[in-house]
Amino acid sequence: MMRLLSKNSRTVGLAALLALLLVATKLIQPEFGASGLESLARAVLPFAFATVGMTIVVIAGGIDLSMAAMMAVASVTAAVLMEGASDGQAALAVLGVLLLGLVMGTINGTLIVLTRVPDIVVTLAMLFVWQGVALLILNAPGGGAAPWLREIVVGGVTLPGLPAGLTGWLPKAVVFLVLAVAVIWVPIRRSRLGLMLYAIGSDQLAAYRSGIPVGQTRIIAYALAGLFAALGGLSVTMGTGIGEPIPGPYLMASVAAVVLGGVVLGGGRGGIVGPVLAVFILRLVRMDLTLLSVDPNVTAIIEGTITVAVVMFGGLLAVRGMQK
Amino acid sequence: MTAVTVGPTPLARLGRFMADNPLVPLILLLIGLVVVLQILQPGVVNSRWLANTIKVAIPLAMLAACQTLTMLTGGIDLSAGTVATISAFATATLTPLVGAPAAILIALSVALVIGLVNGFGVAICRVHPLIMTLGTALIASGCLLVYQRYVIATGTKIPDFLVWLGTGRTLGLPNGLVLFLPFAALVIWMQRRTGFGRLLYALGSNEAAARLSGVRSWQVLLSLYALSGAIAGLTGLLYLGVVKTPSLSLALPLDLPSVAAAVVGGTSIFGGRGGFGGTIIGALILTVLGTMLTLMQIPEGGRRILFGLIILAVTALYIRLTEQR
Repeated sequence: MMRLLSKNSRTVGLAALLALLLVATKLIQPEFGASGLESLARAVLPFAFATVGMTIVVIAGGIDLSMAAMMAVASVTAAVLMEGASDGQAALAVLGVLLLGLVMGTINGTLIVLTRVPDIVVTLAMLFVWQGVALLILNAPGGGAAPWLREIVVGGVTLPGLPAGLTGWLPKAVVFLVLAVAVIWVPIRRSRLGLMLYAIGSDQLAAYRSGIPVGQTRIIAYALAGLFAALGGLSVTMGTGIGEPIPGPYLMASVAAVVLGGVVLGGGRGGIVGPVLAVFILRLVRMDLTLLSVDPNVTAIIEGTITVAVVMFGGLLAVRGMQK
Repeated sequence: MTAVTVGPTPLARLGRFMADNPLVPLILLLIGLVVVLQILQPGVVNSRWLANTIKVAIPLAMLAACQTLTMLTGGIDLSAGTVATISAFATATLTPLVGAPAAILIALSVALVIGLVNGFGVAICRVHPLIMTLGTALIASGCLLVYQRYVIATGTKIPDFLVWLGTGRTLGLPNGLVLFLPFAALVIWMQRRTGFGRLLYALGSNEAAARLSGVRSWQVLLSLYALSGAIAGLTGLLYLGVVKTPSLSLALPLDLPSVAAAVVGGTSIFGGRGGFGGTIIGALILTVLGTMLTLMQIPEGGRRILFGLIILAVTALYIRLTEQR
């Protein structure tokens, strides 16, 4: 038990911080309860998916700056396809968008491997390309979302046979997030592929010499990031009911959450739980500031400052680590 | 025995030629684009068009100077567009309150401070420049939104000489050249002839080697990003004169083209190679390309895709060509 605790000290620390912040929120706003938790979870959802995608790429030793732009493409595609569509068509549209995410990620990864241009440059260029694609699909926010899709993330969990009070506090958005991550990431993490992702992140040359197809694995990492970007974009459309062609502030937030969550920029170390907890913490801080009736623009400044401070602190730690 | 010297492949020779004379193919490309433009719409290329193209290219080239200088060390400055916007907006809103000289002084010092913050993060905390400058850009634009609400009532005024500089014309040539020519000469002189310029190239080629030869890299990087902020602030002033209406997203559309201009102009995004001369040609090429896209009525989304692909293609080509050697 103690060993488990010390091994995951970062995750435990983050969870404790999150709990502390929740208590603080309750103190600030005594009415904070199930509905507050629900709106928090719904607001976090796109950020969380962006963070998961970013985490996978960073673990594999890369970075994907086109994350937010891919989310925008997924969001507008979903909104355009689902506007006025029947339930069956909407389900097809969801599958199509997920596939689109995989394709976008694969294009990113393939370009990186084929051109041998550093990932940070390729994904910066693709950031503009995907932004352009999103604008071509939908010039201004619009489109629609199928009602049943919105039902997936709105409200609390109700299980048949159980009283609503027992499970109602648990937001559906959280369940959706946990399920999506569990279905996609956990099997990969447990398989050879997961090991290969960590291996190319920690030492590409060593991985190559142990017979790992480095190029293919990198492409897979970016494809997974694309898939999670598609999920993030879908959840934007699910949460708001429209498609948003201008990417939200997901890129910086996901990088900050990755660093705060204990994943080393440079690859090979860290897990997925830390960054997800971190992204909840960052959003909760924002919500607390709003509850304290701080001006939303000032909130944006504080949030940006926290983000930059976290990244700078992470950088300082890395420098210290190198000198040791 | 006739010694058959196996010459380099044509591609490698072209690569060497391009590396030795990076300006020649660029100028050829520029001329080619102008010819295509003339064919697309006969009669569009005249002296008025020339003056207009130069006028539009000047702010772009100045903002691309930030990218060129930071790219020489392997960095990038994505906050340049935001800094230019802030400096322009601050100047326009403060002029009615405190007068033009003081307003400009305040605007430029704000730009310098943002540059210093970037420099602190990059040089001392060793954050990747891309992430650092993106982060400061976010914070700075948040501050701009808050600031805007305090000055919304005061109204705006653009100093006359900035308008003269931005839109005026003397002997058929835009007045912006009065600012730009000395600026370009100074930047090119600095990058070629001063110790600071050489340090930039040295850091970009091999930072470890530069550090081992006694370069205090953090001092160089700190002053570099501060300088980049100051240049962006200056660009904002000029651009204010060009556009004549201050807005909260004034110079933001220049952000991406400024990166593209530097990359197209032959500055390597990995550092150690390139220069401002190529960037100026790159800015002209992009401006002509922009005119062409407007003529062909390509929407904004298409433009972004094209710019992204240009950056990617040019960088990939550069790697191919230099690896052949």
